[in-house]
Amino acid sequence: MIHVQELTKRYGDKLALDHVSFDVQQGEVLGLLGLNGAGKTTTMNILTGYISATSGRAIVDGHDVAREPIEAKRVIGYLPEQLAFYTDMRVREYLDFVCDLKGVKKGRQEHVAEICERVGIAHMTSRLIRNLSRGYRQRLGFAQALVGNPKVLILDEPTAGLDPSQVIEIRSLIQELGKTRTVIFSSHVLSEVQAVCTRVVVLHNGRLLADDTPENLGRALRSTHRMVARIQGEPAQVRAALAPYEGLTIEVLGQKEPTAYDYVIEGAEGEDIRADVFRALARADLPLLSTYGNETSLEDIFLHLVAAQRYSA
Amino acid sequence: MWAILKREFRAYFQSPLGYVFISALFFFSGFYFFTYNLYSGTTNMSTLFDLLFPVVLFLVPVLTMRLMSEDKRLRTDQLLLTAPVSRLGIVLGKYCAAAAVFIIAVSSTLLEAIVMSFFGRPHWPVIIGHFVGILLLGLTLIAICMFLSALTESQVIAAVSGFVVSLFLMLVDALALVVNNRFLQVVFRNLSFNDRYKPFTVGIFDLPSVVFFISIGALFLFLTLAVLDKDRWR
Repeated sequence: MIHVQELTKRYGDKLALDHVSFDVQQGEVLGLLGLNGAGKTTTMNILTGYISATSGRAIVDGHDVAREPIEAKRVIGYLPEQLAFYTDMRVREYLDFVCDLKGVKKGRQEHVAEICERVGIAHMTSRLIRNLSRGYRQRLGFAQALVGNPKVLILDEPTAGLDPSQVIEIRSLIQELGKTRTVIFSSHVLSEVQAVCTRVVVLHNGRLLADDTPENLGRALRSTHRMVARIQGEPAQVRAALAPYEGLTIEVLGQKEPTAYDYVIEGAEGEDIRADVFRALARADLPLLSTYGNETSLEDIFLHLVAAQRYSA
Repeated sequence: MWAILKREFRAYFQSPLGYVFISALFFFSGFYFFTYNLYSGTTNMSTLFDLLFPVVLFLVPVLTMRLMSEDKRLRTDQLLLTAPVSRLGIVLGKYCAAAAVFIIAVSSTLLEAIVMSFFGRPHWPVIIGHFVGILLLGLTLIAICMFLSALTESQVIAAVSGFVVSLFLMLVDALALVVNNRFLQVVFRNLSFNDRYKPFTVGIFDLPSVVFFISIGALFLFLTLAVLDKDRWR
């Protein structure tokens, strides 16, 4: 459905994209992951025909964006990162204008009504856009992207700046839309990408670092040999209970609750210590209150991938 | 193109701009109509059209100042440029919207001619000729000022540079007389909008002038398109 080949973009001296290639199949939800300035927005701007690539090709639904821009743009719905509206228009008027732009003629009323219902702005259609809150503007941006039932949705940081409940709403909307459409969306929040995407492309400094499923990316990084645990029991008791397991180092982080301490327990690299620790503590009747510390962050992924790349080079 | 024309045209009347522009032109043409036709009791509109030359030159930059610059500043151009509309469609849509407002504004002169036809016998072919002249002048100027608007993100800069161009077009006749260099004289004389507009005000349908205005207008529409295309390569 989308074919990106050796895409390169230069802004003056700065190389914003450096020979990036990836494919997106029909019905896939692809997450573009990267820190600020990684090249996510540049990639999307090229895909949507807003700017031109210095070299390389972007093909959407069989149409080269540079050669057949109108045909390519017809299948794309785009939600830009910095939403800009004609603020002196009403919601209804604005969507009408977008229908005009995208050439939606038949059944326009129903189409717009359905979209408004779906993104939750049905009760706002007679409001002036300048009076809408950030969350509603974001929804209007979504509505605008959905006009004309495009086969491809390109969403640039759709959840940035929204409150947590709105983020959840938007995520489930993306998941629902992803069932029938091809979606590319960018984010710098790893958990979001893991929750929504079927595949992840990681960009860093304009280069493609990884192209994989979120599970694989996560697995490569999940540290199972190390855990931070809150255990109800004195350090001496805990050490005694874990003594049968060789190679475990135990560090006490301090007393966090009247009877509980936090510990860092670490085994040999590559070994999964979690089940053993649980059983040992259970046998000694030392309740394991909580564990944490083995979630990976986006930063970890980058550090890991950058390190891996250096190692292989 | 239709979508953009419709929106831009509506935008003129969602802000005071469209009303102000139209009423300003109505005011001046009404004022000249009163002093030079009603008061002097003639159906000859040649003075009126002659005097509208500087009025059009000064009002058009106001009409076009936000046409391209505002989209750039607000980044609303992103919607237009990622929609399945050609860049030419965007340029033409905006141009036609401004042109439509201009045509409404100058049609005041036709209204005045109709009013006169109740009391006298205006010479219609000549008046139509006058009208075509002012249309050509305005439509060409809209293209030039739209180009200036496409160069900047600021409406003020677009308007001021439009005024500069207008003033220059007014002074260019005088310049042709004072420079010594033969070549510059020829250049200035040929750039003169006034010389091209004059024949229409005295009732001559001057074909070379028609070609002059249309080609200058087309040139600047093309340049506006080029600016839009260039921005893509930033």
